[in-house]
Formats: sequence, structure tokens, C-alpha cells
Amino acid sequence: MSEAELGILLLSARVALAAMAVSLVPAFAIAWLLARGRFPGKAALQALVTLPLVLPPVVTGYGLLVLFGTQGPLGRFFESVFGLSFAFRWTGAALAAGVMAFPLLVRPIRLSLEAVDRGLEEAAATLGARRPVVFLTVTLPLALPGLLAGTVLGFAKALGEFGATITFVSNIPGETQTLSLAIYALMQSPAGDAAALRLIVISIVLALAAVILSEWVARRLQRRGGNGGA
Amino acid sequence: MAALEVDISGRAGSFAVAAAFRAEPGVTALFGRSGAGKSTILKMIAGTVRPERGRIAAGGRVLFDSETGSNLPPRARGIGFVFQEDRLFPHLSVRRNLTYARWAGRRTGMRAVEEVVALLGLKTYLDRYPETLSGGERQRVAIGRALLAEPQILLMDEPLSSLDRERRAEILPYLEAVADEARIPILYVSHDTDEVARLADRVVAIEAGRVVAAGTPAEILGHAGGEEDGPISFLDGEVVAFDAAYGTVLVETAGGPVELSANELPAGSRIRLRIGAGDIAIATAAHEGLSIRNQLRCEVEKVERRGNSAEVLLGFGQERLTARITAKSADALSLRPGLRVVALIKAISIERTRLLPTRYRGG
Repeated sequence: MSEAELGILLLSARVALAAMAVSLVPAFAIAWLLARGRFPGKAALQALVTLPLVLPPVVTGYGLLVLFGTQGPLGRFFESVFGLSFAFRWTGAALAAGVMAFPLLVRPIRLSLEAVDRGLEEAAATLGARRPVVFLTVTLPLALPGLLAGTVLGFAKALGEFGATITFVSNIPGETQTLSLAIYALMQSPAGDAAALRLIVISIVLALAAVILSEWVARRLQRRGGNGGA
Repeated sequence: MAALEVDISGRAGSFAVAAAFRAEPGVTALFGRSGAGKSTILKMIAGTVRPERGRIAAGGRVLFDSETGSNLPPRARGIGFVFQEDRLFPHLSVRRNLTYARWAGRRTGMRAVEEVVALLGLKTYLDRYPETLSGGERQRVAIGRALLAEPQILLMDEPLSSLDRERRAEILPYLEAVADEARIPILYVSHDTDEVARLADRVVAIEAGRVVAAGTPAEILGHAGGEEDGPISFLDGEVVAFDAAYGTVLVETAGGPVELSANELPAGSRIRLRIGAGDIAIATAAHEGLSIRNQLRCEVEKVERRGNSAEVLLGFGQERLTARITAKSADALSLRPGLRVVALIKAISIERTRLLPTRYRGG
């Protein structure tokens, strides 16, 4: 693997990891609300969360540009409060990847939370456990397979995200050019076919490794008696 | 003693419940048909369903009082709850399940885990996971888990109803052991006459969400026997002697001595005897030369004809026995209230049910 290829791979990994790191907790919270909450507007929230999955990625990318661009309201807010800018930076790529992966993260977590037997939580309460303890010792471990499935799915999506990313932060080598964007760029140049093929093989190997790893972990959890969930 | 006092009314869905009773240490059965509201009452005591009005207190500690507005959450009520389904945590080993109240509930343990493990015969399962256990084994773990929560009250909601007959028979001795050694009130919800007869010190009968009767198992269950066996009689007594050569035990009851076949029991043990109505024969005078070991002097209190058979209620000292004989025999002996008769019971047809702890004597 050449240094350039390694750089692309590391950037993609950084983008995908950052995307998961920021979206995992909100995704779990939303999944919890959708699984357990009873409030007006639940259907609307459900629809909103699903939106990035059904919208053309270009539209999502455009939306991000409007909201998080240098002149966008949220973009200005993050810039002035945290000194964090998204436009044409890898952080923007991570944001785009996180938003696109969000629905894929929420759904399996929601399903596995719905599959957790509330009777077990009730039993834990009669045994003296406080609500946060019940969550940590019963609900979370039982929802773990779903959480894992969601994370793998979300990570894979974040790693391969294309449309929203290129719309939002463009295709800048070394900054926003992730694996998919690099392959796309190489395919545009007449001499890039061989290099593109190498990257394609790398991404296939990567995807296979991720799927096998997640299956293995899921099976281990299963053996420990956790429920399937997703 | 830390008795449980309950006086509540409320509803679960459209079903109304209004019950007042007291449960002393020992086993109090909430007995009644399915849908009578027994489980709802239990949930109100556990704190998972809120009563509309009333008061629940355990040993002076108020768990719920609608007047003062106090309402402790389930975790703070000091209860152990055994559910119909075992509700074991599938992702935890048997050991982690058993000690859940210790490491997650912060209940400080007074009793050793090994003691409960031994009581329920769980030693070989400790490192296994619930899904690898049979239904009966799982329910035993659930009982142990509740006991290790150091409860001041143990609530059991039909813990055997999800098990088949064989599993029940396998688990009942363990329940008896729990009942015998517990110094706390145990509320046992059941619709099963056999279970209640074996386990309960007192019975509170529930119908349509209300307490319709309360008393000893003999008083409440006397006429609740299944159709095929007829009513069942209960005699509580104390072991006086054990005859090792023949394997028989002599028990002194409130009515007089009774002999039965049984394994060795220490003299002084409290024991409950259970006699099916069909196993009691009636004679107008004592007989010599019979194989039947028990000839109990009784007085006929009531004769009730049921088709071709007759149920005869007999006063045996302060106890009551019910015999089922043919209507023809009842007429031939001209049984009528006040007549002095002898009840004949084979030692082998008396079932020993439960050893009552000495301290609940007469309970």
C-alpha cells in the first residue's frame, strides 16, 4: 500500500470513527425515546430520523451546507462558541457521514430496546436497583447486540458515504477526500484506473473484515444469553 | 414480630380491588380463582401498581399511605418478589443472578449466599446461564435471588403455575424448606388447593377483588377439594414417637393421636396431615382385628347427600374431618348429627404435607 493510499485510508477511518463517536449517544437517546417514549410528535420524530435514508444524499449535503456552512446559522454558532468549523474540512466530512449513518444506527438499537423484557427491569427494581443501575446492568447489556449491529452498519455507511460528503465539503485530497471520494476522483482521470482498482480491493477487504468481526462479536454476545434484538 | 398489614382499595384497568388483611411471619396464601385480583393485590404491595386509597405497612414501616401521601418505590420496600415466570437475567450467570440484589441493589447481606444455595440445591448450577436450566431449576434460582435480597416480606405470584406437574413436585419441597426457615411474612398467591394446603399457615380467600374469608387451611380449604377426590381434611399435630421397625409415626393432634406411615421425623416436629374424604370409612363402633391402624372417635355433625354418595362432616375433638361414603352406607348406618361413630383411616392413606415450624404453633 502506498503512502497516499494509507493516508486516504487513515482519513476515512478518522472520519468514520469521529462520525460514530458523536452520533452514538444521540442515536441511543433517540432510539430510547422511540422505543419507550409516549409523547405527541413521536411519528414526526421517527420520520425526521429516517429522512437522511430516503432523501437524495445531495439534498442532505445541501442542507448541511446551508446550516453548517461558514454563513449558516449552526456553522456560525459552532465557529464562535467552540472554534469548530465544518466547511471544506474533515470535520465536515465526519458530520455528513454521521448524519447519513444516523438512521442506520437508530433502527437496530430501537428494535433491540423494544425486545428487552420490561419484566426483567421490574424484577431488578424489586431487588433494590435504582433506575440508572437497572439501565446499566439489565437494559444496556440486553440491548448490546442491537447496539453493536447499529454501530457496524453505521460505521460502514460512514466509511463509504459519498453524496452528502462531496456536496457539503467537496473533494479535497488530504482533507475531505475519503476512500469513496478518492476512487471517484481516480476514475475521472484517464490514467487512474489501476489506482482506483487498488482502492476498490482495499475497500472490499475492509468491508469483509468488518462484517466478519461484527458477526463474531455478535455470536459471542449471543452465547452469553443476550437477546437478538436486531 | 414484623407483620404485614394491608388495607387497600384501587383498580388495575377496569378491575376493582378492595382488600384488608394481615400477614404474620410464616406463609399466608392469597387463594382464589384466576382473575380474582390476587396478583393485583400483590403488585400493589410490591409498589408496581398504585392503590387509590389505603395503607400498607410492614413491621411498623409504612410502604404506602394515601392519607400522608407516602409511596415508597419498589426498590425501597424491602420486598422479595418471585414472579410467575422466572424473570432471570439471561445475560448473567446463576451466581450473578442470585447475588444481583447485593451488587446492583446494594442490599447488604445478612445471610451467606452459600446458605441459600444449599437450601435450594443450586450448587452445581452457579456458573451456568439461565437458558441452560430447566423451568423448575430456573424458578429455584428466582426464589433464591428473592431470598438474597434480604426481604422483609417475600411475595410469590403463582411461582409454580408456569411449570408442569413433575416440575412442581420437584420444586415444592424447596418451597417448603423456604417456608419453614423464613422468619418473615410470605405472601403466596395461588389458585391451587394442593399447593396452598402444603405451604400455607393461613389462607386469605379472594373473590372478585375482595377478601371473602380468612383462616387456617383446614377452615378455608375444607370444602374446596377437587371433584374426584372429594373434600380434603387437614390435621395439624406434633410427632410423639417414631417406630423405626415399621416406619410409622405417631402424631398427637387436637382431636387425639393419629398414626401414619412416614420416614423418620424427630419427636416434637410439627406436621400437617392431609386425608382425602374417600380414604375415611365410618363404623358405628370400634372393631378388633382390623388392619386399619386409626380408629378415631368422632361425632357426626352433618350429613350431606350428593347423588349416590354422602359427605359426612365429623367432629374429631376440636378438629374436623370430612368422609365420603355411599349414600347406601349412610342410610344403613342411619348416620345423623349427634351420633357417635368411629372414623377408620389406614395409616398408609394419610399424607404428610408440611412440617410446620414450632413457633407458628396453632397459627
